[in-house]
Amino acid sequence: MENISVISPLSTRIAAQSHFRTLRLPSPFQPRIEALAKTQDWYDWAGYKAPNSLWDSELEYFAIRSQAALFDISPMVKYRIEGPDAEACLNRITLRDVVKLKPGRVHYTAWCDDEGHVLDDGTLFRLTDEKFRLCCQELHLPWLLDSACGFDVRIEEETEAVAGLALQGPTSFALLRDAGFAGIEKLKPFDLADFPHENGMVTISRTGFTGDLGYELFVETSLALSLWDRLWQVGEHRGLRAIGYQALNRARIEAGLIVANADFSTAEHALRADRVRMPDEIGLGFMVDVEKGHFNGRAAIIKARQNTTMRHVLVGLEIEGNIPAEHAIVYHRKKREVGLVSAAIWSPTAKRNIAIASLSRPFGDTITDDLWVEIYAMRELKYERLMKRAKIVPRPFIKLDRRSANPPADF
Amino acid sequence: MTSYDVIVIGGGHNGLVCATILAKSGRKVLVLEAANEIGGAARTEEFYPGFRASTAHILNRLHPDVVKTLELEKHGLLLSPKAASGSTPTPDPSPQGGLAAARTALNLGEFGREAETSSPSPLRGGVRGGGNSHAPTIALSATGERLTLYGAYGESLAGASVAEQVAWKELRAQLVRYAGILKPMLSRRPPDLGGMSLAETSALGLTALSLKRLGREDMRDFLRMLLMNVADVLDEQLEDDRLKGLLAFDAVLGSHLGPRSPTSLLGLYYRLTGEIGGAPGAQIIPLGGMGQIAAAIASSATKAGAIMRSNAIVNKIRVENSRVTGVVLENAEEIPCRTIVSAINPSTTFLDLVGPRELDTGFVRKVKNIRNQGDAAKLHLALDRPPEFLGVRAEDHRGRLVIAPSTDHVERAFNPAKYGEFSAEPVMEITLPSLSDLSLAPDGACVLSAIIQYAPYRLKQGWDAGKPKFFKIVMDLLERYAPGIGATVRHAELLTPADIEARYRMPGGHWHHGELQADQMLMSRPVSGWSGYETPVDGLFLCGAGSHPGGGVSGAPGLNAARRILAARS
Repeated sequence: MENISVISPLSTRIAAQSHFRTLRLPSPFQPRIEALAKTQDWYDWAGYKAPNSLWDSELEYFAIRSQAALFDISPMVKYRIEGPDAEACLNRITLRDVVKLKPGRVHYTAWCDDEGHVLDDGTLFRLTDEKFRLCCQELHLPWLLDSACGFDVRIEEETEAVAGLALQGPTSFALLRDAGFAGIEKLKPFDLADFPHENGMVTISRTGFTGDLGYELFVETSLALSLWDRLWQVGEHRGLRAIGYQALNRARIEAGLIVANADFSTAEHALRADRVRMPDEIGLGFMVDVEKGHFNGRAAIIKARQNTTMRHVLVGLEIEGNIPAEHAIVYHRKKREVGLVSAAIWSPTAKRNIAIASLSRPFGDTITDDLWVEIYAMRELKYERLMKRAKIVPRPFIKLDRRSANPPADF
Repeated sequence: MTSYDVIVIGGGHNGLVCATILAKSGRKVLVLEAANEIGGAARTEEFYPGFRASTAHILNRLHPDVVKTLELEKHGLLLSPKAASGSTPTPDPSPQGGLAAARTALNLGEFGREAETSSPSPLRGGVRGGGNSHAPTIALSATGERLTLYGAYGESLAGASVAEQVAWKELRAQLVRYAGILKPMLSRRPPDLGGMSLAETSALGLTALSLKRLGREDMRDFLRMLLMNVADVLDEQLEDDRLKGLLAFDAVLGSHLGPRSPTSLLGLYYRLTGEIGGAPGAQIIPLGGMGQIAAAIASSATKAGAIMRSNAIVNKIRVENSRVTGVVLENAEEIPCRTIVSAINPSTTFLDLVGPRELDTGFVRKVKNIRNQGDAAKLHLALDRPPEFLGVRAEDHRGRLVIAPSTDHVERAFNPAKYGEFSAEPVMEITLPSLSDLSLAPDGACVLSAIIQYAPYRLKQGWDAGKPKFFKIVMDLLERYAPGIGATVRHAELLTPADIEARYRMPGGHWHHGELQADQMLMSRPVSGWSGYETPVDGLFLCGAGSHPGGGVSGAPGLNAARRILAARS
């Protein structure tokens, strides 16, 4: 009879089950975003309700390139890593040398499992000497905690505790200055600094996912709405627009940036043995610092390089015509299948038909000529099969001087 | 400073075997032992003035290749039972279940031949004929109705009904046959399914062939039984609770399993893959105790030119650029070396000596997941005189005495261990080594050495509080089987898994250095992907019981590791 009393009353249990009523979690900025969501076009970003578009994804894209665009990055997975051994621990986990990352700096990095297969890529923020923030796409807490064994370090997930906004576009600098973030002009690309906001602080870094001038702002959740409002109030004169993922996605393809589980399969998601990728296979080989000491996957990567066993290569393609080659198969001499396009758009800024593709070596590596993509274009309920010539070109597809100008121009 | 080609960490028998073979190949080898004496758990130590015992107390699986390669018989090891053949086996003269019954009713040729060579009354105590005879195993009974396995793991069975003898003979033959399929794997690297050499593939092919040779029915039965629990297998074929209890006990001895736990039969197979002088499942109580084995191996190591240092505690394995560069001792002494072989526990090796920083997270994760917690305690008693176990013939006291009256009894003894408690009615294996080697105890006195299950490493109440209570339970139990024994105890030493951990530097106090269960065997021992004695650190190898095939005084991990190191270099 005793154990009956420990079962909570039915109503309590039903209340505890209410999670299913909220299929997608709201972001801390949800009230503001919902108010602007004319298209009601939502998608699921790591369990959060996030906008695909808000009013017109085409115009949202142009806000990034010619005005200022505000994109909610709160659903991005964030970890706080701090302690005397935080640097050493992160150096063991990630590919780049964290010793070279000074406090107040950010770098783009990636991390691998024992086999040297990429688990994820992300940005590492060095907030202070002993305090870091790692932002990424996938969840890694068990991996990070297990990696902390033997290090004096504390690791916590802070995705829910910290809200994030990306403010991107040519007027973003002027907008922040107008909003009263004194000293914002001092931030060079990949710098970060704390600025007072209300009764707290906002961490602003000159980073982004657009290849444009831009900033990312992180603030504790309770200050999220007031931060949004602070930007919005001064934004009118700077052409500020809220945007959804479709617009951002165009910008990031132009910038040649890759997305985990879109342009490559992360090791923990890949079900098929040949879907995993080493850094060199997705264009991240430059990150691998074999001289810095031990890190996860080091031996496997060195071995694969020595034995030239890496079978894939990620390339940028320029394709003739103007039909986006999304998920098209890449051929050599129009016959042999050599790869797949993972992302493609007609680039309004580059005025070129561009794509990111994964090819099987030696194609894309030593054999780079005579490549073709097969595009199926729907024309009034009939597919037209187009075989278009593709050329390997360097990424990024666009290079904007304003992105790295110091101080940024006052548009 | 002298430079060495190889440093072996840990002077237990596996470390010594590996060191000897490497030294024989011309390498300059240094063995570093943390204790003040080499031998590991096989060393013989004085636990009370005049009384000596070793934690490992029975020899039943010293690998023949080890004996041969190290020429152990030249170095004082006495294994062959032939000099003492007069006592093997010793049939029970009792009318039911005895020799006569077996011969007339069954006309079992083998039985007869063995019996004819046996002498009716072997000497009691002392060294006979300069050799070791196979020690019998006696299933003790509080009522004196014992059951005895003579010869190599019960070639003959005394004290059971005729029907049971027939059933046992069949089951024994079957178990030995099946263990024989697995046996060749002991002296090889586990199959590396990713990239096998031609030799490895053909060796695996031979295993497949030997399976095929069993015939269709037998092969099916082999596969059917492989992962079964021992209790079900025994219930299929046997009736006698005492026999089933004994076999169930042997299957789970040294593991955290009850007879009804899935896969528990593997423990019995593991036992039967061991041999003494070609006889599978045979056991001896070595002359001079287990220390004699360690001494013979050490003598062979010395002859081969290996240098052994005791009181040399290794604190760190230095790694630079993913390659070992040497070791650092507790006294801060640094010894550079490009090849290091660790005979100690894999967890200690990687987590403490190398350190997680030099290893990949996934690997560290696997190492941390090795189940390492011992569930057996060890008892050493210094007795005024040899005890008399109820119903056991005087000469059989030299054998292995087992208290495990039935499968249910063993299972019930296991139950509390699942919840961090020791058995209220434990099961145990007892030897009286001083009867086989008079030097282990003063004149007329006796040493009792027993392994007691179940005594979980993580005892809920803690071993400080639990040890006296468990000791009382154990002594009360012994008193039931050997009345009067309590009054003759001069000194008692009970080693809980916590004590074993501290004394022998075995994390968890587990004598296999990791549970020997299906998920921690073969290519998963010590961890998947690294079962071939190499490690993720270049130049660092493993050669202890934590590696394939596992624990027990076999020398097989040491042997296999040495072969691998030699092959890797050439």
